[in-house]
Amino acid sequence: MVENNNLKIKMQAENMDLYYGNFKALEGINMPIYEKQVTALIGPSGSGKSTFLKTLNRMNDLVEGCRIEGKITLDGKSIFDRDMNLNTLRKNVGMVFQQPNPFPMSIYDNVAYGPRTHGIRDKNELDEIVETSLRGAAIWDEVKDDLNKNGMAISGGQQQRVCIARALAVKPDILLMDEPTSALDPISTLKVEELVQQLRDDYTIAIVTHNMQQAARVSDYTGFFYADPETGPGRSHIIEFGETDQIFNNPTNTQTADYVAGRFG
Amino acid sequence: MSKVLRGFTYFFAAVTFAALVWIIGYVLVSGVPHLTADLFSWKYSTDNVSMMPSIITTIYVIGGSLLLAIPFGVFAGFYLVEYAGKNNKWVEGIRIATDTLTGVPSIVFGLFGMLAFVTAAGFQYSLISGILTSAIMVLPLIIRNTEEALMSVKDNLRQASFGLGAGKLRTIFRIVLPIAMPGILSGIILAVGRIVGETAALMYTLGTSTSLPNSIFSSGRTLALHMFVLSSEGFHRDQANATGVILLLVVLVINGLSTWLSQRFTKGGQN
Amino acid sequence: MKQNNMLETVMKYVFMLAAFTSILALLAICYFIFARGLPFMADYGFGQFLFGSKWQPAQEIFGLAPMLIGSLYVTLIAFVLGVPTGVFAAMFMAFYCPPKLHKVLKPAMNLMSGIPSIVFGYFGLQVLVPVIRTFSRSLGIASNGMSIMTAGIILAIMILPTIITMSESSLRAVPKTYYNASVGLGADHDRTSYVIMMPAARSGIFSSIILGIGRAVGETMAVIMVAGNQAIFPRGLFQGARTMTANIILEMAYATGTHQSALIATGAVLFVIILIINGIFAYVKRTGVNY
Repeated sequence: MVENNNLKIKMQAENMDLYYGNFKALEGINMPIYEKQVTALIGPSGSGKSTFLKTLNRMNDLVEGCRIEGKITLDGKSIFDRDMNLNTLRKNVGMVFQQPNPFPMSIYDNVAYGPRTHGIRDKNELDEIVETSLRGAAIWDEVKDDLNKNGMAISGGQQQRVCIARALAVKPDILLMDEPTSALDPISTLKVEELVQQLRDDYTIAIVTHNMQQAARVSDYTGFFYADPETGPGRSHIIEFGETDQIFNNPTNTQTADYVAGRFG
Repeated sequence: MSKVLRGFTYFFAAVTFAALVWIIGYVLVSGVPHLTADLFSWKYSTDNVSMMPSIITTIYVIGGSLLLAIPFGVFAGFYLVEYAGKNNKWVEGIRIATDTLTGVPSIVFGLFGMLAFVTAAGFQYSLISGILTSAIMVLPLIIRNTEEALMSVKDNLRQASFGLGAGKLRTIFRIVLPIAMPGILSGIILAVGRIVGETAALMYTLGTSTSLPNSIFSSGRTLALHMFVLSSEGFHRDQANATGVILLLVVLVINGLSTWLSQRFTKGGQN
Repeated sequence: MKQNNMLETVMKYVFMLAAFTSILALLAICYFIFARGLPFMADYGFGQFLFGSKWQPAQEIFGLAPMLIGSLYVTLIAFVLGVPTGVFAAMFMAFYCPPKLHKVLKPAMNLMSGIPSIVFGYFGLQVLVPVIRTFSRSLGIASNGMSIMTAGIILAIMILPTIITMSESSLRAVPKTYYNASVGLGADHDRTSYVIMMPAARSGIFSSIILGIGRAVGETMAVIMVAGNQAIFPRGLFQGARTMTANIILEMAYATGTHQSALIATGAVLFVIILIINGIFAYVKRTGVNY
C-alpha cells in the first residue's frame, strides 16, 4: 500500500467489513481517499466497489439488513458517530448515480432542491448558486436560456451533468460518482471525464468505474476490488491500492496485472 | 372448432355491451322526460319529491367521509411504502386486514355501523353514523390506490433526494407525492363513486329522513337512498326514474375524471 | 436540525398509527358482528340455526337454511350465466377487439363497474321482471316475475365488469412470445388465443371469477328488488326466494331482542362465507404465475 505523506487524507476506511444479513460482501477494507485527488475504484462486476462507495455517504443505511463493522472516518471523525447528523454528512459527501435521475421539475428547481433543503430561501442567493453549480458542471451555456425546462426533457448526457450540478449545489467537500458515464454516449462520456478533471481542483472525488481506460485517464489513485471465487462468494477486498500510474503500468499483484490487462472481468 | 370459439367470443361480447347499452338507455329514456326543475327545488314535500335535499346530503356524506378517510388512508399508504420494511410482520397483517376489508359486503358495513354508531355510540340515524360507516368502507380503497401510486415512483429519485441530504419527510412530500398525486386522486375519486352509489351501508346508519340534515346528528338521505325509497314506495315511479338519470350522470362524470387522471399518470418519474 | 429529527420521528409514528386503523376497523367489525351473533347461535343451536327450514321471527323460529339456499341458487345462476359471458367477452377485449373500438369499450367497462346497485335493481324491477313474468307464463309456470332467475340474471350482469377487467389484464399480461411461437407453428388466431393464451392467464381469470362470486354473494339492493324475498325454499327457477343479505336488510329496521340477534347472526354467517371466498381468492392470486 502506498501512502503519500504530502497529501491530506480526507476519508479513510479502516478494517471495514460489510454484511448483508449473514452474507459478508466486503472484508478488511483499508483505504484512504486523499483530499483534492481523484480516486478510482475498479474491479469486475460484483466486486463490491459500488457497495463500498455507498458506505461513504451512508446510503447503505437504506438497505435492509446491511451491517458494517470497522471504521470509516471523515476528517478523522467516524461517520457512524452518534452525533454525526446523517443529512449533514450527505450534504458534505455528495453523490452522482449511474443512471441520471433528475427530478421531474425544472432544471432550476433540480439544482436548487439541495440548497433549499438545507435552508437557503433567498431568491438571489439561489440564483447565484444555480448558476455557479451549472457552470461548475460545464453545462451552464447549454441551458442558461432554458432553466425552466423540465429536467427530464434533455438528453442523457445533459441530464447527468445537471445531476452533477445538483450535487455541487450543496457545496460538498467530497463527490462520490458511481459509474457516472456507463449510461452515456461516448461524447457525453468525454465531457464528464473532462469535468472530473476540472472539479479536482476544488473537490475530493471518488469514482467507481468498470472502464479501465477511464480510470487510467481520469484518476490519481486507484483501488482494485476483487472477490476471489476460491474463497467463496462475497468477501471482496482490496487487492491493491496506489497511484494510478503504478497500478496500471507496474502493478505489484498478479491479479491486478491480469485485470488491468483485460484478462478477466 | 375455431369458428365456434370465435362465434362465442363475438356473441358474448355483444351480449355484455348490449346489456350495458340497454340499462343506460332505459334509465335515460325513462328518466329524462321527467327531469323537471321542480325536482331540484330546495324543499322536499310529499307532492314534490325534490331530490335537492338528497343531493346536498350526499355531498355532506362524501365530504365528511373523505375528511376522515383521506388522511388515514394516505398516511397509511406512506407508512406501508416509505417506512415499513419489506418483511415486517405488521405490514403483512395490515395488508391482510386491508384486503379483507375490501371484500366486506355493504350490508355487513351497514349492520356494523348500525350496531356501533347508531346504537352503541348513541348517535342514532344521523350524518355522523353514515359518515363514519362510509369512511371505514372506502378506507381500504384509498390505502390500496395510494400504495400503488407511491410504489410506481422510481426509487432512484428517492435515492437522489437522500443523497443530497434531504430527510424522509421532505423526500416524500417534495419528490414522491407530486409524482404519485394523480394515482392517489384517482383512488379518492373512486371512493367518491362508491359512496354515491351506496345504499345498504347507509340505510340504517344515515337513515332515510326526507329533510335536509341541519346538524351532524340529524338524519337525511343520499341520492341513491332517495331513489330506492321512491321506488319501493311505489307512488313516484317517474321521479324515481329521473333520480336514476342524475345518479348515472354523476357516476359518468366520476368515472371520466378517474380515467383521465390515471392517464395523466404516465408523465415522468414513474416505473 | 434537532427539531427536524423530532418532526421526522413524530410523523413516522403518525403514519404508523394511520396504517393500524385498518386492523382496528376490521377488529371492530368482527367484534360487533360476532359479539352478538355467536352467543345467539350457541344458544339457539348452530345446527338449528344453519339447517332450520323455517324463518318465522314472530314465533321466535330462526332457521337460516331457506336463505342459504336462496343465496346459493342466485349465486349459482349468476355464475353459470356470468362466467362464460365474462370470460369470452374478456377474450374479445384482449385478442379480438380492434384498437379504436377498445378505446371506447374499455371506458364503457369502467363505467359499468361504477353503476350503483340500485340502478341495476331498478332496471331489473322495471324491465326484467315483466319479461320473466311473461316468459315463464308462456311456459305454463305461474310466476309474478320476481324470482331467483331474475336475480341471477341481474347479478350476472353486475359481476361482468369485475370478471372482464381483471381477466383482460391477465390475458394481456401473457407474454407475446407465447402467441408468436404458436402462430409460428401454423396455428390460427382462435386456436392460439384459446389453447395457448387463455390457459396461461388462468390464475388471473380464476381470481376474477372468485372475486365476482364474492360480490354476487354480498349483493343486497339489486337482489331485494327482484327476487321476491319470501323466506322459504324456492319452489322453482321462476319462483321467489330470499338471500342472506336480503334477510338482514328487510327486517333490520324493526327487529329487536332475539330477532335482532338472529339477524346479526345472519350477518356473521355471511361474513364468514365472504372471508372464506376472499381467502381462496388471495390464495389463487398468490400461487398464480407472475410474468
